[in-house]
Amino acid sequence: MSLTSDHVKRVAKLARLGLTDAETAEILAQLNSILNLVDQMQQIDTKNVMPLAHPLELKQTLRADAVTEMDQREKFQNTAPQVNAGLYLVPRVVE
Amino acid sequence: MYEAVIGLEVHVQLSTNSKIFSGSSTAFGAEPNTQASLIDLGMPGVLPVPNAKVFEMAIKFGLAIDAKIEQESIFDRKNYFYPDLPKGYQISQFEKPIVGPGRVTIMLDNGTTKTINITRAHLEEDAGKSVHDVFDGMTGIDLNRAGTPLLEIVSEPELRSAKEAVAYLKVIHSIIRYLDISDGNMAEGSMRCDCNVSIQPKGSDVLGTRTEIKNVNSFRFVEKAIDTEIHRQIEILEDGGRVVQETRLYDPDKDETRPMRSKEEANDYRYFPDPDLLPVVLDSSFIEACNASLPELPATRRARYIAEYGITEYDAGVLVADRDLADYFAEVANISGEGKLAANWVMGSVLAELNQTSKSIIEFPVSAKQLSDLVSRIKDNTLNSKTAKTVFDALLTSDGEVDTIIEQEGLVQMTDTSAIETIVDEVISENSTQATNYRAAPADKRPKMLGFFVGQVMKKSQGKANPQAVNQILASKLAD
Amino acid sequence: MSDITDLSFSELKKALQNKTLSSTETTAAFLDRIESLNPELNAFITITRDEAMQSAKKADTAISDGTATAYTGLPIAHKDLFCTDGVLTTCGSRILSNFVAPYDAHVVSRCKAAGLVSLGKLNMDEFAMGSSNENSYFGPVRNPWDTSRVPGGSSGGSAAAVAANLTPLATATDTGGSIRQPAAFTGTSGLKPTYGRVSRFGMIAYASSLDQGGLIAHTAEDLAHGLGLIAGHDSRDSTSAVQPVPDYTELLNDSLKDKVIGLPRQFFDDRLDTSMHNAMDTVLDVLKSLGATTVDISLDHVAEAIPAYYVIAPAEASSNLSRFDGVRFGARADKPTDLLDLYERSRSEGFGSEVKRRILIGTYALSEGYYDAYYKKAQQIRRLIRDDFNRALASCDLIFGPTTPSTAFIIGEKTSDPVSMYLEDIYTVATNMAGLPGGSFQGPLVSGLPTGYQLTGPNFGESIILNAAHRVQTATDWHRLIPEGL
Repeated sequence: MSLTSDHVKRVAKLARLGLTDAETAEILAQLNSILNLVDQMQQIDTKNVMPLAHPLELKQTLRADAVTEMDQREKFQNTAPQVNAGLYLVPRVVE
Repeated sequence: MYEAVIGLEVHVQLSTNSKIFSGSSTAFGAEPNTQASLIDLGMPGVLPVPNAKVFEMAIKFGLAIDAKIEQESIFDRKNYFYPDLPKGYQISQFEKPIVGPGRVTIMLDNGTTKTINITRAHLEEDAGKSVHDVFDGMTGIDLNRAGTPLLEIVSEPELRSAKEAVAYLKVIHSIIRYLDISDGNMAEGSMRCDCNVSIQPKGSDVLGTRTEIKNVNSFRFVEKAIDTEIHRQIEILEDGGRVVQETRLYDPDKDETRPMRSKEEANDYRYFPDPDLLPVVLDSSFIEACNASLPELPATRRARYIAEYGITEYDAGVLVADRDLADYFAEVANISGEGKLAANWVMGSVLAELNQTSKSIIEFPVSAKQLSDLVSRIKDNTLNSKTAKTVFDALLTSDGEVDTIIEQEGLVQMTDTSAIETIVDEVISENSTQATNYRAAPADKRPKMLGFFVGQVMKKSQGKANPQAVNQILASKLAD
Repeated sequence: MSDITDLSFSELKKALQNKTLSSTETTAAFLDRIESLNPELNAFITITRDEAMQSAKKADTAISDGTATAYTGLPIAHKDLFCTDGVLTTCGSRILSNFVAPYDAHVVSRCKAAGLVSLGKLNMDEFAMGSSNENSYFGPVRNPWDTSRVPGGSSGGSAAAVAANLTPLATATDTGGSIRQPAAFTGTSGLKPTYGRVSRFGMIAYASSLDQGGLIAHTAEDLAHGLGLIAGHDSRDSTSAVQPVPDYTELLNDSLKDKVIGLPRQFFDDRLDTSMHNAMDTVLDVLKSLGATTVDISLDHVAEAIPAYYVIAPAEASSNLSRFDGVRFGARADKPTDLLDLYERSRSEGFGSEVKRRILIGTYALSEGYYDAYYKKAQQIRRLIRDDFNRALASCDLIFGPTTPSTAFIIGEKTSDPVSMYLEDIYTVATNMAGLPGGSFQGPLVSGLPTGYQLTGPNFGESIILNAAHRVQTATDWHRLIPEGL
């Protein structure tokens, strides 16, 4: 499978990565060579093989329904780019 | 003509103490971002750990709708960017939800019932809230709600009208309240509804293009939003246009739906199993324990009320829809020992008052004990329907005992035969023409004519005379 | 005695216990060396001198009070993707270049609780993506053996710091070889524990199902001490194993007489350069002389590990890195015109080109219509790889091979060709896919540069790996060689 620059633009949009046309062209070639490497997978017959998501195949443990977190807003918001009245600010969102 | 095809996605906030993947409180109404922990904020390096309670709640719901409970379920990531979604993905269940296919029964207006199939119900985390119009050119983000557990219940597109959709939504509401897995408060967003609506020519099996109306937050708005949307789609087709598949918002002020700008571009959510979480495998004993702790559900309770209190199927249906109302009724019926009379009062005066004041039965000023005393005094003939209503009205505004009110207002029913006889004699002599006519009339006409005299006697007694006694005495005196 | 900074973690432990050294003088010695050599090596992004000297003083008090642990006062440095409360945690990225973490990673709090003194935060490939440490926003790390060469990656700062005696022990992480490959390039010992052995809480994620925290040090014995400190179940990480933690130092001196070493034929084919092949034979001779026997094995799908890895890791990364959006922490683009501009510019300015490539590949692999051909296929291959290892480990105790195809390469040599860089991890990636523990330890020098041999063990078989490596280190002095000219 080979990508086109439209693919790259669409994927970059999904990933919210702003790319210039020059970057798109450069990345396109690199992505195609990576996909070329990746496509070696297709040589392997994986019919009836269950996908393996985690090597240990353990099951999830669950926690008890208890409130354990206290308010640390001030500390957490120290590292925020823009806050006002305890809210994180972003450019206006139109729903 | 056209037929609507409607499916609902109902999001129910589960009433856990802590969030689905963190130990933050889920309490409503806290100061912004004071209930947003490292995990809720999606800080670098943090990891989710699921809350056991949400599985218990989801399983109870699954059992209540007769659904298949999946012993193994998997959390997936739904990837999209939005400021109220801190990680850039929502942890949800995609391929392997906890609750498989199930069904509920709804009652239609014509008294018949219809089974609505439920495709699935899955667990996921809620997003935060955006605060608009407070900051100039900016939107504020409050992540207190982020990570609140949600159960998303997806129906098959088997609903055919806005009314059916509301009936379905009320059944779901009733079940979650019975199970006590959510407060179901639509105004606070504890229960939200996305409506998928399309129309097709009646009898056609070619599906129309559907639109999705997001986040409708009351029963009334669900009905109005769907009706408005059906109407809009019909107009488009009638004008020879085509319905566009899109996400829309309902504006209750204008009673119209409009496209959502933030959902304009087609999304590709890139679902994949969340590698931070492992498959949730529940053993049968856990599911069995959930089953054992299930409360009595609406359908069972309806059948029991019919059998136990001798009330009609319709009355039972109305009474059990709201768990609190059903409990109230049962208490009145049990104390007074008068099921039918209790049902009449709850269905009549109580519901009317609740509707008028937009209150829930929990906030209702007349206690079940008070209403059962009232019912008992009707049964023992102390009160008739007219005086009973007077006492009921008094109970709405004051806090007295029923018997005290009867005494204070002088409402004790006149059961003294001689006193009633005196009034009857007066009425007959004052209306001699009517009395003559009565006596001349054939027997089958007489009962109807008797009503006039009863009315006159009741009026003279200021409503206090016992109606049965009045009937008896009048019949015998006029028979002379 | 030799300089303080020449001592290994285990030697320093004895010296502090004997009170021949104090934590304050030890800490000061390492800090001085860091300050003198870091400008050239660029192994540290942040040096926490004041905090380190304060904890050293506390440690000395604890030691004299008798309230110390066995490790109180010993120095360590953390790879800069472990969150450290109140200390800059950059992950080698511009997007986190201003991020002061508000909490400690599990590994960091374990080290603090044991009384270790943190010297600072170590350079790395941005978001742990890379095999050369050239992908750091803070500039490349230089290999102490030859500063024109790379130290390997992504834990290049950890490896270079240990190799140059800037710290006796460093935390590191390994997603596809990021501990073992730099250990091999810098003549250090590195251990990637079994997936789930060390909590990932507070470790900034690259690929969640592959990432594993571990350590780089001078010797297997040092690693045994360090692993005991950081291993163990953590309820905050759902993928953390509940397995009990043994005393990893206990089996170090066991005999290798009954040990069977598996030699996968795929690791010794013509892709391996001759001098590296010879180096490996030399190590094998030592193992055999210590009593181990060898058996030929096959890992049939190991060649597909790299292709499958370059689907799974980027796919998980594309999602893991979505949280870096300029809203709640990290760098935000200047004066965004709207929300989309905020996202697109913050992310494209904040991420380097390798990170962008992997986000794009991962996003593509997960997008509609490609999921089955890429992600699902890669996970199926992952199962085949793990099954290969399980079969092989039924007939041997450890799997032996080279860690890297060659010795450290020149800075800039592979930057224009991402795929050639990816193939650097050809011998290490399969271990991550299978979740198994793997270590890289010093072999003989080739043309004056270090080599590394790799030992892969069964799940939770870290003790077996450390035992074999320790016996080799007892019989050889490859681990004592130090870069000249520093």
